[in-house]
Amino acid sequence: MTDRLMHHALPVAVMALAIVLIWYLGALWLNGPQVTDALNRSGQDWGMREFVTQAFTMRRPVLPTPDQVAVELYTSMTSHPVGHIRNLLYHTGVTAGAALLGAAMGVVLGILLAVGIVHLRTLESSLLPWLIASQTIPILAIAPMIVVILGNIGFSGLLPKAFISMYLCFFPITIGLIKGLRSADPLSQDLMRTYSATGSQTFWYLRLPSALPYLFTSLKIGVAASVVGTIVAELPTGGQAGLGARLLTGSYYGQTVQIWAALVMSAVLSLTLVALVGAAERLVTRAHGGRR
Amino acid sequence: MKTSPWPLILLAVPVFPIAADQGQALYLWQVPIAALCFLVSLAALAGQGMIRAREWRIPVQLIGVAAGYALPLLLLGQGYQLSSAAGLWLHVAAATLLLWVALGLVAELPRPQNMLGPALFGLALLMLWEVLTRGFEVPRVLLPPPSGILGAFFSHGAELWYDFHQTVVRSVLRGYVIGCAAGFAVAILADRIPFLARGLLPLGNLASAVPVIGIAPIMVMWFGFDWQSKAAVIVVMTFFPMMINTLAGLKSAEKMQLDLMRSYAAGYWRTLFLLRLPTALPFLFNGLKINSTLALIGAIVAEFFGTPVVGMGFRISTEVARMNLDVVWATIAVAAVTGSAFYGLIALAERHATAWHPSFRKR
Repeated sequence: MTDRLMHHALPVAVMALAIVLIWYLGALWLNGPQVTDALNRSGQDWGMREFVTQAFTMRRPVLPTPDQVAVELYTSMTSHPVGHIRNLLYHTGVTAGAALLGAAMGVVLGILLAVGIVHLRTLESSLLPWLIASQTIPILAIAPMIVVILGNIGFSGLLPKAFISMYLCFFPITIGLIKGLRSADPLSQDLMRTYSATGSQTFWYLRLPSALPYLFTSLKIGVAASVVGTIVAELPTGGQAGLGARLLTGSYYGQTVQIWAALVMSAVLSLTLVALVGAAERLVTRAHGGRR
Repeated sequence: MKTSPWPLILLAVPVFPIAADQGQALYLWQVPIAALCFLVSLAALAGQGMIRAREWRIPVQLIGVAAGYALPLLLLGQGYQLSSAAGLWLHVAAATLLLWVALGLVAELPRPQNMLGPALFGLALLMLWEVLTRGFEVPRVLLPPPSGILGAFFSHGAELWYDFHQTVVRSVLRGYVIGCAAGFAVAILADRIPFLARGLLPLGNLASAVPVIGIAPIMVMWFGFDWQSKAAVIVVMTFFPMMINTLAGLKSAEKMQLDLMRSYAAGYWRTLFLLRLPTALPFLFNGLKINSTLALIGAIVAEFFGTPVVGMGFRISTEVARMNLDVVWATIAVAAVTGSAFYGLIALAERHATAWHPSFRKR
């Protein structure tokens, strides 16, 4: 137990502490010039003490301190009712909804493509290279445009954002699943043949279960990617709702504390979704007689 | 050799109108160019069924496909309307199905020739895009045809070049080099001090699940509108993937090999340069490849938060607002080609540097 503590918890704790320390020092350094200006203008004598308190409590700091961000997180979640537009949880909910819808669409598309590519040779040789090339295209960069175009056709709200999430999400799933569907043990495949199982039986009883670990690993990557996609897609909607809109309004009005709070919230959202996928993985592998 | 029956839907083409002239439906025999293309496709379809040798079958099929795809463009050139011409679209569909058969044959060719498959697939996709957007008169605001995008390259060439220079040469390359070098250096340091590695690795895994791109507005605020802020975003985005991959690579040397180096009395640095870094190369290249796409994304997204009046992200956001979709798509094409070329160059370098690796050996 102590060994485990020394090996894992301690380095992480020290590193986290170091980051917090650097953060505070950075706040001093980055906020310093403005604070010095303000204090000089006030005309009073000031020393180190006033300088530090000023630097850590600025209203629009260049770099807010961790405690300022924590306070902003707390107030933005409690000062208005949960469904209110000024509540951070509302924006998180909007982003989470679009990200989940996009991830769901991405999973469906990813599975369809993977199954098609595994079963049709023509598709593998002609489509797969383009799928790989499609991911070297910075789709995130054109995300805002897709939102605008879909908006012109009449799709607005959740769907354009989900569409971009889907584009980011499907690829890891397709690639992981292609590998997974081909990972069935040849011995087991021979066994299925001796049972004279049909193609679809082999698929449902052997190939799909053996692909599940691969599916979940890719799903974790895909879900994290879909959150990123949703946030970027929210940028051009011009401050309506969502964590991306929060980032944008924060940057327009110089509300750095709000940006950092939205940033922390998006990290929490992303980690929560990944953890949920991990929990689902444990449930499913246990139901399948969990070898892991 | 079994043949797919689906391209035979071509036979139904004469039953439906092939084009329309001021609302009046025209049939195949009334438009000579259409009749010609139809006969070419028909002859190709019949001919490819009779030919045994695969290497002759494919070109014959492709001639039939080309006739099917060329016809709508020729008709549009003569001023006909196509949106209600069922026969024409049936012809295009038959050509696509014939292409599918050809792609199946190409896939079975030996190694260098089968690269033709993806190329044909991409070309067909472009042709279908052109034919469908122009045939059905899709508004240019929604989706311009590829020819319109190509036109934007000529009319806005200088702008596109300046954007490319600002975004790729000034922001992406610098940020990428700094970020990858920093990740690599910290990984080497962390490898020497295991305490550091144990603290940094969970942090790195965390960073891969977190939308790092969100720091873009902060960086723009700190470093201003020019390339420095974009490079800063890229440095933060590329740092952790590079560090994680380098650390994993440095651990990939086998115990036996390390023992051998010890028995040669090689010190830390010699072991590092002669054994551990070479074995880490596949991992290093993996990190470099992941980062190549991340870097371009980081720069363009950061430009949405503010730039001088040049740059690919700036161009996309302003031209969308002005409904100049041709230019937007041209910029996207530049980004796509840049991203693919960047990735391809690194993959090529990887092939040369790690030719010994099992994944590149000939089977």
